[in-house]
Amino acid sequence: MLALGQDEIAKYPFIADAGQYLKDKGFSLEQFGTDPDLKQLIDKAYDRILVAADGKIYNSDLDGDHVSKEAALPREVFSFLLAIVLLKLSGMHTLIKRFALAEARRAEKYLEKDLANISDETKKELAIRIIGDLFSVQVEKLNDYFVISVSDYLKHSINFHEREWKLINRRVENGHVFLSPHETVRLIRKELGTYINSKIINAKTPTMIPGFENSVNKLVLLSKKFTTYTVTTGEYPPCIKHAIDVLEKGENLPHSGRFMLAAFLLSKGQTVQQIAPLFKNAPDYNERVTLYQLNHLAGTSGSGTQYSCPSCEKLKTQSLCFAIPECDNIINPLQFGRKKK
Amino acid sequence: MNESDILFLEDSFKKYYFNHFDQIKVPERTSEREFGYQKFNSGMTRHISLKDDKELHLLLIQNIPSDVYCSNAYYTFPNSPMNEKDWKEADLIFDIDAKDLNLSCRKDHTISICNNCSEVSKNLTQCSKCNSSKLEKKSLPCNNCIDASKIEVEKLSEILINDLGISKESIQVYFSGNEGFHVYVYDSQFQQIGSRERSDLADYISLRGAIPETFGMKKLKQDRSSFPDFNENGWRGRFSKYVFGAKSKRSKIITELLANGYSSFQKTLDDASENIGVKIDPNVTMDIHRIFRLPGSINSKSGLVKIHCNNLPKFDPYIEASFLSDDSVEVFANCPIEFRLKNKKFGPYTNEKITIPTHAAVYMICKKLARIA
Repeated sequence: MLALGQDEIAKYPFIADAGQYLKDKGFSLEQFGTDPDLKQLIDKAYDRILVAADGKIYNSDLDGDHVSKEAALPREVFSFLLAIVLLKLSGMHTLIKRFALAEARRAEKYLEKDLANISDETKKELAIRIIGDLFSVQVEKLNDYFVISVSDYLKHSINFHEREWKLINRRVENGHVFLSPHETVRLIRKELGTYINSKIINAKTPTMIPGFENSVNKLVLLSKKFTTYTVTTGEYPPCIKHAIDVLEKGENLPHSGRFMLAAFLLSKGQTVQQIAPLFKNAPDYNERVTLYQLNHLAGTSGSGTQYSCPSCEKLKTQSLCFAIPECDNIINPLQFGRKKK
Repeated sequence: MNESDILFLEDSFKKYYFNHFDQIKVPERTSEREFGYQKFNSGMTRHISLKDDKELHLLLIQNIPSDVYCSNAYYTFPNSPMNEKDWKEADLIFDIDAKDLNLSCRKDHTISICNNCSEVSKNLTQCSKCNSSKLEKKSLPCNNCIDASKIEVEKLSEILINDLGISKESIQVYFSGNEGFHVYVYDSQFQQIGSRERSDLADYISLRGAIPETFGMKKLKQDRSSFPDFNENGWRGRFSKYVFGAKSKRSKIITELLANGYSSFQKTLDDASENIGVKIDPNVTMDIHRIFRLPGSINSKSGLVKIHCNNLPKFDPYIEASFLSDDSVEVFANCPIEFRLKNKKFGPYTNEKITIPTHAAVYMICKKLARIA
C-alpha cells in the first residue's frame, strides 16, 4: 500500500482503508447519524452520489480556497466514505456503477494534473506509482511524453471503441507507445472505475444506522429513474445481410464470415436446423461438417461453450463489416436496430 | 481423392519422414505444446502432447499424416480439452499468403476444378462444361508470387524490429510449403497478450483503421505543420514517403490534400493501406489457440516441405523445399499450367499419360491435377 499524505487521500480516497481512516480520526459511523454537526456530512455524501448519478463529476472543495484546507480535506474523505455506506445500505447496483465511474473521472482529473506537474517531482512520481501499482502499467517519462510498452498499451486500449485508441493511431517506436498525461490517465479510466466499483462491492454492508434512513430511502427512489427498456426493429445489420447474399449467390464466404452469421443467428434464437440450409449453396458444402460446426457453436456438442457473435471491431479487421449510418456506433451486430426507450 | 492416389502419397510422405528425421524437430518447450495431425480424406486429430523428437517421429511413421500441426501456444495441460488446457502464453505468428496479394499473375496460373463434373479449366467463374458455379480453385504459384510474398515478409520484419522493438534474432521465417511464408516471433513482450490485443496489432501492421488526424489531416483548424515528415519513424514516416514520393514534392502535395478535404483524405489512407500495409492474414495472428503447420512437415496442398529460410532473398522454394524422391512414376495428368520443380520444367499436360519424377507427380496429385495411372 502506498504511503499517502492527507492531500493525496482526499484526491484518491479509494486507496485508503476506510475503517482504519475513521478509527485514526477518532470517529464511528454511528456518530455521523446522531451528531448534528457531523450529520451535514451525510447530506454532502448524498450530494456526491446525486452528482454522480447525473453523470457529472463531483466538484471538490479542494479546488477552491474558500474553506481552509485543514478542515476541507477530512470532509472530502468522509463524504466519500459515507457515500459508500449509503450506497451499500441502499443496495442499488446501478447507482454504485455510476458513482464508481464518476469518482474515477474525478481521480483522473487529479492524476492528470499530478502527472503534468513539472514543479513538484514527488506529485508526478506518486501518480506514476498509482498507475503502476494499481493497474500494472509501467510508465516512463521521456521528454514531453509518457511512454509505456506496446503490450501494456494494448491490454487497456482494446476496451475503447473509439478509433483514436487503435494502435495505428498512436506514435509507436521501438516497442513503446508515446502518450500525453491526459491520454495516459484516460487509458486506465475503465480500470479505475472497475477498481473503485469492486472496492465498493466488496465492502461489508453495515446494518442500518440511525440517522441514515432518510438518505438511503431517497437513493432507492432515485435508482428507479435509471431503469431502461429496449425495443428492436428486427432488421438484420448490413454485415449479416451481406453474408446471406454471398451464400445465396453460391459464392465463397470465408470461415470467419460463416462463423459470424451462425453465431449471430443462434444469438437471435434460431436453431441449428433453421440455420444449416443457409450454407447449402457454399462451394464446399458438406452437410455433416456444417451440422457438426453449428452444434459446436451452439454449445450442444464439444466443450459446451456457446460462442457469441464477434464484435464490429473484429469484423472490420476481417473485412466483414459493411457499416451503414443506421449502425450508429454499435459495437456488436446484435445491437443493430435496438432503441432505448 | 481415390485410393491408389492416397496410397502413393502416403508412401512418398512416409519415405520423406523416414529419411529426414534430422529436419523434423519438435519446437522448444515441447511438453507445453499441443500437436495435431490429419490423414488423407479424414478429419483432424488434435489435443496431442509429445515429449521429444522420438515421440514425434513415431507419430509420423505410425500414422503417415497428410499434415502435421503444433500450437504456437503454451499450455499446462496441452492434451486436455480446449477449455481445460490452461493457456499460458503464445508466440506471435504471421501468415503471408500469395493469394491475398491481389497479384496480376494469379489469373495466369489459377485453374478451377468443377465440383460437379471434375472439369479442369482456366475459366474461374463457372464450369466451361456444365456451367456450375461450384468451383474449387487451385493455384500453381509462380516466381512472381514468391517474390511478392518475400517483399511482404521484409516489410513485416521492418515493422516488427523498428516499431515494435523486437530483436532480429527473435524473428524466424519459414516457407509455408505452398504459397507463402509463416513468420514466428519468440520471447517478445507480446507472448502473453490475448486475441483482441493481437487483432489490434494485426491492424497496426496492415495499416488498417487509421484516422486522418493521425497523419496530419484535421476536420477543423487545418494545419500544414501537423503532416508527417520524411524522416519520422513508424507509419507516419512510411506514409510520408508513399504519399509525397520526394521531399521536394511535400509542400505541393500537402496543399492538394488540404484542398481535397477530410473525406478524400480517408480514401488516401485506404489506398495507403492497400499499397504499403503489410498483407498478413489477421485471423492467424489473432488466434491464440491455433495449431499451425509444424516446421519440417509436408504440406499436403503441394507436397513441399515447410522449411526455415536462412537466406530469404535467395530462397527458392521449388528447389529448396522439394524433398521427395526422383523415382519415376506413371500418372494421368490434366494440368493446363506449366510449373518448375528442382530446376526442371513440367507441363502443360492435357489428359495424358506421362512418366515423371515422384516429387512432380506428388505436386500435381496434391493439386488434384493428376492421378496415378
